[in-house]
Amino acid sequence: MEFFHTIIAILESTIRVSVPLIFAALAGLFTERAGVFDIGLEGKMLGAAFAAGAVAAVTGSVMMGLLAAILISVLLSLVHGYASITQRGSQIVSGVAINFIVAGSTVILGEAWFKQGGRTPALAGDARFQTVTFPFADAVKDVPIFGPIYSNLLSGHFILTYVAFLLVPFSWWVLYRTRFGLRLRAVGENPGAVDTAGISVIWLRYRAVICCGILCGFAGAYLSLAMSAGFVKGMTAGKGYIALAALIFAKWRPVNIMLACLLFGFLDALAIRLQGNPLPLIGQVPVQLMQALPYILTVILLAGFIGKAIPPKAGGIPYVKER
Amino acid sequence: MSNPYAKLPGWAEYGLIPLVNLVVAFLVAGLVVLLVGENPLEAAYHMINGAFGRGEYIGFTLYYATTFIFTGLSVAVAFHAGLFNIGSEGQAYIGGIGVALACLWLDKTMPWFVVFPLAIFGSAAFGALWAFLPGWLQAKRGSHVVITTIMFNFIASSLMVYLLTRVLKPLGSMAPQTRTFEAGGQLPKLDWLMSIFGLDLGNSPFNVSFLLAILAAFGVWVLIWRTKLGYEMRTMGHSPSSARYAGIGEARITVIVMMISGGLAGLMALNPIMGEQYRMQLDFVQGAGFVGIAVALMGRSHPAGIIPAAILFGMLYQGGAEIAFEMPAISRDMIVIIQGLVILFAGALENMFRPAIGRAFASIGRRSAAAAQTRGA
Repeated sequence: MEFFHTIIAILESTIRVSVPLIFAALAGLFTERAGVFDIGLEGKMLGAAFAAGAVAAVTGSVMMGLLAAILISVLLSLVHGYASITQRGSQIVSGVAINFIVAGSTVILGEAWFKQGGRTPALAGDARFQTVTFPFADAVKDVPIFGPIYSNLLSGHFILTYVAFLLVPFSWWVLYRTRFGLRLRAVGENPGAVDTAGISVIWLRYRAVICCGILCGFAGAYLSLAMSAGFVKGMTAGKGYIALAALIFAKWRPVNIMLACLLFGFLDALAIRLQGNPLPLIGQVPVQLMQALPYILTVILLAGFIGKAIPPKAGGIPYVKER
Repeated sequence: MSNPYAKLPGWAEYGLIPLVNLVVAFLVAGLVVLLVGENPLEAAYHMINGAFGRGEYIGFTLYYATTFIFTGLSVAVAFHAGLFNIGSEGQAYIGGIGVALACLWLDKTMPWFVVFPLAIFGSAAFGALWAFLPGWLQAKRGSHVVITTIMFNFIASSLMVYLLTRVLKPLGSMAPQTRTFEAGGQLPKLDWLMSIFGLDLGNSPFNVSFLLAILAAFGVWVLIWRTKLGYEMRTMGHSPSSARYAGIGEARITVIVMMISGGLAGLMALNPIMGEQYRMQLDFVQGAGFVGIAVALMGRSHPAGIIPAAILFGMLYQGGAEIAFEMPAISRDMIVIIQGLVILFAGALENMFRPAIGRAFASIGRRSAAAAQTRGA
């Protein structure tokens, strides 16, 4: 029973840490499927987390915080879009630039506005997302097996957590069952054909980039309004890159993305759990190895040793209408 | 890559456009200073004074510049072959192992000029090794070098935390760093070079690895514009299909270029480890690999542009410390913003001002041609 409770605890923290990854990886899915590579997920998430923390602290309203997060993230996406779609600059370079601009300005502005060493004031009450408790969660708590699963694992998360998991089938539906999704995927594979059909490649890609911004806004808001009570400098701590890794690991497919994010989240949760505790049979596993595992796995996948990750064909190439 | 824009004279291409991009980047940075409620002109004054006001400050500026020359060259070499190496950060970090091993092994028995060549070799070898895998994976398995190098940065950082907390740390010490090197592991400072200009180096760690950086810049110029390999690299960077048609082995070039790039990044480790701290610490690279991207973009991937761009960023780092001291509202993170803006304007938006400048040149050209005609008639 002890073991079972440990498992439940690990799975619970797995869900908690994989939510921002799911939001960010789905964000990346929309732009990359439209042919715009985005390594600026990290920056957008960080900018959104800061905006959410700052606005929620000032207005005391969690919804204003979420809106601000989405707004800032969409603005940053539009900068990326302007550079890589309109100006046909390098998408990679633009993403790198956004990551740095945000990393620097969140610290400077946070320090200047709140004077708490780059943090935003701690949020409480209505300024922060509250956990949702399912009906009867308390009543069934002591039922063996089912009780802990229902009341600890399924119930008691933030509303954004459920939103993240619902977004997975929704993204699948948008991408594979709507006209917009079909065109979006087409523009990432063969923009010339889409253009010939009389559909604007530029506008379609801009819409994809905006979708990415909205989702990154959710990811950032989750970090500073739900997972912790306020913004801390550099709080994304590489999550944007892990999300990118998950996106590739999932071969740019929505359901796989959820599974990849859960896997990487599980590794993270396990690493925290295993710190200092030797594993049976294997012995002490260095925490650093656990932390590096998502990246190592992605490299192995990219090397084509676990299936093959084929990116959208027109990804990374700016579209030139006429030559 | 095809260039849909009009060809500009060399001085405009390599001088004017980077300058315009830089000015715009600084203007936007000035806006951030305004947002914080400080005076941008005052900040600029403190920065320039802090970077060049005294011999000691200049020493620090050039010390940082040394680091950025190495990483800038590293990124630039890969750019020439059409590869984007974001992994200079991790390669420099791993390169530190080579330096530390050479120093830990020989610093008590040998003078610095014996240890230095070994450390050069070690750092370049370890850096190249860390770049080999992404290069090989790109060449043989088609995995994109941008993504793999990002992943390798994280793997490098985990590996180094492991090594420094478990393996390289002396027994009984708590701090995650190697022991302090003896005289053999300490590079001499360049006092003599500075005293030629009548400057006093003070406490600044400006050391002989600067000369190595200049040498490396010259070496890169020779490599890219004066050797067969360099020619093949540039061909591949310009047009992979024509390189293939000309029988240039793409896989071979990719691997070699990534290893050269990684080696150059690895050399960067000499400067902080043997030149300043005399030990290997956690996170000694401090983002220098990423600064290299900005430096390479600003310097248009040419060594002659990279050295001034590196000095500019050295100025930002040293002067930025001075701003942080004089105006506490503006911490050194300001540099990160400027770095990002430079990457944005000199890199991703490099074509934003080009059409306007091109038009200006075209109209000047037409006018002078018309003037010549009227004079002729």
